[in-house]
Amino acid sequence: MSIKGLDSILREHPFVAGLDDDSLAFIAGCARNVVFDADARVFSEGGDADHFYLIREGGVALEMFVPGRGEITFLTLGAGDILGSSWLVPPYRWTFDARAVVRTRALAFDAACLRGKCEEDARLGYDMMKRFVPVLAQRLQAARLQLADLYGAPAG
Amino acid sequence: MTGGRRMGPGDKAVIDRDGLDLLIAHLAEAGYRVIGPVVRDGAILYEPVSGVADLPAGWGEDQEAGRYRLVRRDDAALFGHTLGPHSWKRYLLPPRRRLWQARRDADGAIEIETDPAPPPRDAFLGVRACELAAIAVQDRVLRGGAYGDADYAARRDGAFLVAVNCGTAGGTCFCVSMETGPAATAGFDLALTELTDGGRHDFLIEVGGARGAEIAAGLPTRPAGSADLEAAAAATARAAAQMGRALDTDGLKDRLQANPDHARWDEVAARCLACGNCTQVCPTCFCSTTEETTSLDGATAERWKRWESCFTLDFSYLHGGSIRSSAKSRYRQWLTHKLADWVDQFGESGCVGCGRCITWCPVGIDITEEAAAVRRGFGGDGP
Amino acid sequence: MVPRPADSAAPEGASTDPWVPRVLAVAGARDETVGVRTLTIDPAAVDGGAGIAPGQFAMLYVFGVGEVPISFSGTPDDGPAVAHTVREVGPVTRALCALEAGERIGWRGPFGRGWPLAEAEGGDLALIAGGIGLAPLRPALRAVKARRDRFGRVALLYGARGPGDMLFLPELRAACADADIQLLLAADHAEPGWTGEVGVVPAFLPRLKLDPARTRAFVCGPEAMMRYTVLGLGDLGVGADRIFVSMERNMKCAVGLCGRCQFGGDFVCRDGPVFPFADIAARFAVRER
Repeated sequence: MSIKGLDSILREHPFVAGLDDDSLAFIAGCARNVVFDADARVFSEGGDADHFYLIREGGVALEMFVPGRGEITFLTLGAGDILGSSWLVPPYRWTFDARAVVRTRALAFDAACLRGKCEEDARLGYDMMKRFVPVLAQRLQAARLQLADLYGAPAG
Repeated sequence: MTGGRRMGPGDKAVIDRDGLDLLIAHLAEAGYRVIGPVVRDGAILYEPVSGVADLPAGWGEDQEAGRYRLVRRDDAALFGHTLGPHSWKRYLLPPRRRLWQARRDADGAIEIETDPAPPPRDAFLGVRACELAAIAVQDRVLRGGAYGDADYAARRDGAFLVAVNCGTAGGTCFCVSMETGPAATAGFDLALTELTDGGRHDFLIEVGGARGAEIAAGLPTRPAGSADLEAAAAATARAAAQMGRALDTDGLKDRLQANPDHARWDEVAARCLACGNCTQVCPTCFCSTTEETTSLDGATAERWKRWESCFTLDFSYLHGGSIRSSAKSRYRQWLTHKLADWVDQFGESGCVGCGRCITWCPVGIDITEEAAAVRRGFGGDGP
Repeated sequence: MVPRPADSAAPEGASTDPWVPRVLAVAGARDETVGVRTLTIDPAAVDGGAGIAPGQFAMLYVFGVGEVPISFSGTPDDGPAVAHTVREVGPVTRALCALEAGERIGWRGPFGRGWPLAEAEGGDLALIAGGIGLAPLRPALRAVKARRDRFGRVALLYGARGPGDMLFLPELRAACADADIQLLLAADHAEPGWTGEVGVVPAFLPRLKLDPARTRAFVCGPEAMMRYTVLGLGDLGVGADRIFVSMERNMKCAVGLCGRCQFGGDFVCRDGPVFPFADIAARFAVRER
């Protein structure tokens, strides 16, 4: 896999839309192509959050295990989505499980590498944050809507 | 006096007190149930009358926000009062009406029957100019849409309207600013102006249309002279000059619709009891509900339509709760509908300036004050 | 007789008094999910279904109990019967959900303005449903399928509390597969074995394979769900004048005379229940409590 090939794959993903070529090449150095078979575990709760994923194709279910209820899926992600935020927050441990629902292709960024590059180039680091935070905000908002139980039967 | 004069629309003549008595009798003979003002329960109400003896001779009212008292006048004027809690919608859009009844047999087959009896033909005696305007407003609401209220239409078409021009303003009236009075200009069959100048007791009578002309032809009228016309004009002018309130409608619709979060709504909500009196006495409020009733054996059921106020919790109930559960949202709904949304719906204001809502509000909320307050607080745009 | 404007929904042969229901028999009754039941009516009992359009509703009466507005979940144009899918939320709907085929109900309708299908032809179309809101959209889906070539890309995004609450799934899957309609099912809360998406409807809007500049959206569901969906559609570039929502209010007469369903200057029974969002955006944002 040449870095050049990865660059063009990376460029296709909406998360980095508009990122200049130099920055793209810079972070591409942390990335590699990964493929998960259907039903394969991407990561587990408590594990080292050592990667950040850009999903290219397929689907991933975010789950948590609840005793008595088993694995509960609380969100599904697909092509164009990003996966993982714990790699940014010490102690860098996954807070939930992730499982490929179907055969899934992604770009996996080594978390330590990407954190290092963001420290090195603060402007790039800030640009990454500006892309990252809106996704987090949207996920938080979506979680609130799930909590609000809008379709629930009315009380009383 | 010459009797039996042929008059046409717009023509004026004079009758005396006995002539008015005869008018009531002729209307009854023509098959009308004559409804007019009477004193009952400490107020002036609209009830069936059979002659001038039933009318509230010498009675007036002292009205202000949250107050209504009958007072004795120093003359025997029959129409020296203004408006009581009743409006003519009591007869045109009755408080309770059965829509249909249904029977269910042992096999579960259901048969629905409507009431074939035609509604009574009423003659309204003493319709004020603001009330004529209110009837016209309800005409647009109940007859102007894709589906009309057939019962209202039948009662309306059958109703004979004898208007009365006010010689005094009521304590809460503001018809002048709403351009609905005090003079009755259209929409009546006959219009009367009571003339008590110089100790006489006459009525200037004006013919509205063919139906009015026909009834007037049977009355002992004399031609109206300039003194009569001047006295009538003076009476109307006196009423207009006595207006104690005004509602500035200029730009009001937009201001109300643009200010759902105005602080005034919270302020009035602290006072409003959501009792719904205003909607009951308002001559244009038309909202209703339907009620299902069943016999104890479950074999017959009826659906009734009755007046309902937007101030009730039931009004906006939607699976599990009311959309407008606070007094604030309900008051806001009523005022915004009456003065703003009504214009979008029917092309005119829903308020005719009769002042009843101000008089009959137990805490004296004044629609003219509330509208002015919302308008005052609207940015730097205006007064 | 009161004159009626040309676009009135009153069909020929209906009772001339709009307050009086016609009595008819329930042709079929079938449970969909817990607390949701579909009642079907023989179109012959309602003038062949003349004038019934997707997005409209009828007033259903249970003898001695009461009457409620229920949208059409099936119209004669797109299926064998006139259908109403009822969710049990109060005494009348509870009584409706207890009915069996052969029992009688009172029926008045059709009323209201339906989905603007004709206007949507020639462009892309998103049907977005939340919970029981799918019921008024099903006739629209069927109508689109029947005239599929008149539309560009079409997608159905359907969210519900959980997979067990979803209606008509086999039909939706088959219809969308047959008619090249993208189907996205999103459960707020998943259940074991669920293979659809998990999450809220607004989160999946970006997944719809439609051109925002050519897209119209028909949205129906709880008001809060519609609010966030409209926001999300706006973020994607679908103009408010191309978004249509179905509103719900307390109704007694269904003909613009009782005043209860007023939503600002509109009567939901007569000027809605389907509204272009641009027309109601300001009122929609007013918080009633």
